[in-house]
Amino acid sequence: MSLGIKRNIPLIDQHDKNFMYGGKFGGNFIPETLKKPIDDLTILFAKLRKEKKFLYQRDHYFKNYIGAPTPFIKLENLTDHLGGAQIYAKVVSEANGGAHKIYNATVHCLIAKKAGKKYIIGDTGAGYAGKMLSMAAKEFGLKCKIFMGAKDIKRQRPNVEAIKKNGAEIVPVTTGSQTLVDAVSECMRYWVSNCDTTHMCVGSTVGPNIFIKICAWSTAQISRELMQQVKEEFGKIPNKLKLINCVGGGSSAAGFWNEFMNTHAEFIGVEAGGPKNSKLHAAPLTNGSKIGILHGAAQYVIQNKEGQIGSTESISAGLDYPGISPLHCFLKDAKRAKYTSASDEDALKAYQLVSKLENISPSLEPSHAFAEAIRIAPKLKSSEVIIVNSCGDSLKDKDIIKQKLGSYIR
Amino acid sequence: MKSKIALAFENCKKENRSALITYTVAGDNTKNNSFKILNKISKHADILELGFPHNTPIADGGQIQGSSHRALKNGIKLKDVFQIVKKFKKTNSSKPLILMGYYNLIYQSGENNFIKNCKLSGVDGLIIVDLPYPENKNFANKCKKKGINFVQLLSPTTSRERMKKIIKDSHDMIYYISMLSTTGGKLKVSPKKILENYNKIKRINPKKNLVIGFGITDKTISSLKSANGLVVGSLLCKTITNSLKMRQNPVTKLDKVVYNLKRKIT
Repeated sequence: MSLGIKRNIPLIDQHDKNFMYGGKFGGNFIPETLKKPIDDLTILFAKLRKEKKFLYQRDHYFKNYIGAPTPFIKLENLTDHLGGAQIYAKVVSEANGGAHKIYNATVHCLIAKKAGKKYIIGDTGAGYAGKMLSMAAKEFGLKCKIFMGAKDIKRQRPNVEAIKKNGAEIVPVTTGSQTLVDAVSECMRYWVSNCDTTHMCVGSTVGPNIFIKICAWSTAQISRELMQQVKEEFGKIPNKLKLINCVGGGSSAAGFWNEFMNTHAEFIGVEAGGPKNSKLHAAPLTNGSKIGILHGAAQYVIQNKEGQIGSTESISAGLDYPGISPLHCFLKDAKRAKYTSASDEDALKAYQLVSKLENISPSLEPSHAFAEAIRIAPKLKSSEVIIVNSCGDSLKDKDIIKQKLGSYIR
Repeated sequence: MKSKIALAFENCKKENRSALITYTVAGDNTKNNSFKILNKISKHADILELGFPHNTPIADGGQIQGSSHRALKNGIKLKDVFQIVKKFKKTNSSKPLILMGYYNLIYQSGENNFIKNCKLSGVDGLIIVDLPYPENKNFANKCKKKGINFVQLLSPTTSRERMKKIIKDSHDMIYYISMLSTTGGKLKVSPKKILENYNKIKRINPKKNLVIGFGITDKTISSLKSANGLVVGSLLCKTITNSLKMRQNPVTKLDKVVYNLKRKIT
């Protein structure tokens, strides 16, 4: 069965009555206790996104708190160095806090206020989702708890410190692989027990349907800005345009592509391929993983034959997740986006090259996207345009980069 | 023909007592021990729930997570779970046994194939934690057609309108989650309040067998004994954990604990 994307319907709304995209991805595979809180949130969000006042508030915070629009720049040196396509970057890492996670965090805090909740909880992998949620929670006067895998707490120290500084409590998760997948599970378990007083923010376009919707609706700001910036730069959408984005859960890519859905722009998603000589990876789309249920939604997910969720490995904590947003599963099956992967080594090299040549220094997550851009740019004509979403700053990865490359440049 | 689950409730009603329902995890702490445990505790328990472990559970507390982890570390697979059931049913054919777990394992093995294996091994019912109503309608109907009970869940957050629909479509047993919690949480609502909610649900259809679970231990069980059935799970998982720590035999330990629970509600 071929899945079609309907025109004129926002991507997040292209599900059936069971909240499934293309009849196979997403849904709400949740315990009975969460049915009502999720229904309530679904109704509230449907109402809010139509309200002028709410949209005004969102835009106000996006502009004055997050700092919209983030810059759109040409990477002249990288383009010259590679000698092919024109390479641009949307420098989303210039947003307040240093990554795209601030959009989702801000919108969730706005919603939590409207719902009359005093507490907010969230999961985090790279620490960005947690850092931004703790920041936004502080801004909005909400008490905040962040669930983070013990392994990630060790490898993402700068963000951990930021979370604490913002006054949020970090709950270390010591079950399973002690990374993002377990942090999301633990956060959901906490919500099951406290859903009457507490709002939950899922850190990416994963989880039960409503969380996918809120997140992608929030990050869509990236492509709203980009559409305007592209038209200003080129006078139109270039005939050959590739939008390259890393994908872990898939929140930045969903936001980066959203406004271009009905254009001829090509979408390339880059998953985490893991270490070169390892069988482990975090790339379910590239490696043909089967559909399974993870964290309340059907998606392509790394798992064994029985359905036990598999281990992943990536140098980038933010991409180190066995599943992938149902939205991206849908885009893949509908052939609207292409997905590939970059290895840890490729990402490190890309970080190094971009940081050396340009004024930006991407974190290890967008370095995966840069790796793909660097790989294909020399093969393309100079009339072609590549835009990479530089959705995070390398500062948080200082320790890992130093350890792997011997030195850190920014 | 009446199901074994329905008959178990009838027997308890005749004896004017609540049904004791136990939950243990298949393969905890070994495949053979989990079989021996079922065999032993079935002398005291009226219905047995057997968990098929999943490594990403979103509704289980620490104790059951620990048991599942032990079982998975031992390499327990679905085929082992069905073997345990089959072996148990050979000598305990009338004792109802319910499998409990998460949907992905069923999804991967295929709904029809899973139901077939339930049938072949003698499973009487299923509780699927993350397949709520109405999404579970299709699967629940498939189960019913094959004579397997699909146990619907209700929680304190379930609205009255929703409860009515769920109860209408339910089979021989309904599971009421006592409070907002993962399994094994401390009982944070008074037994009196839980029974109040329980009675409200019962009034919707008094004929339905309604059991209470989550947070029930040897300390709280007697205060809830007016319910049709009471589920104890985390306490049993904890008992296994502790007996392993103390180098005691989990099988005999569990036998004592379940015997004691039974005594408290009769």
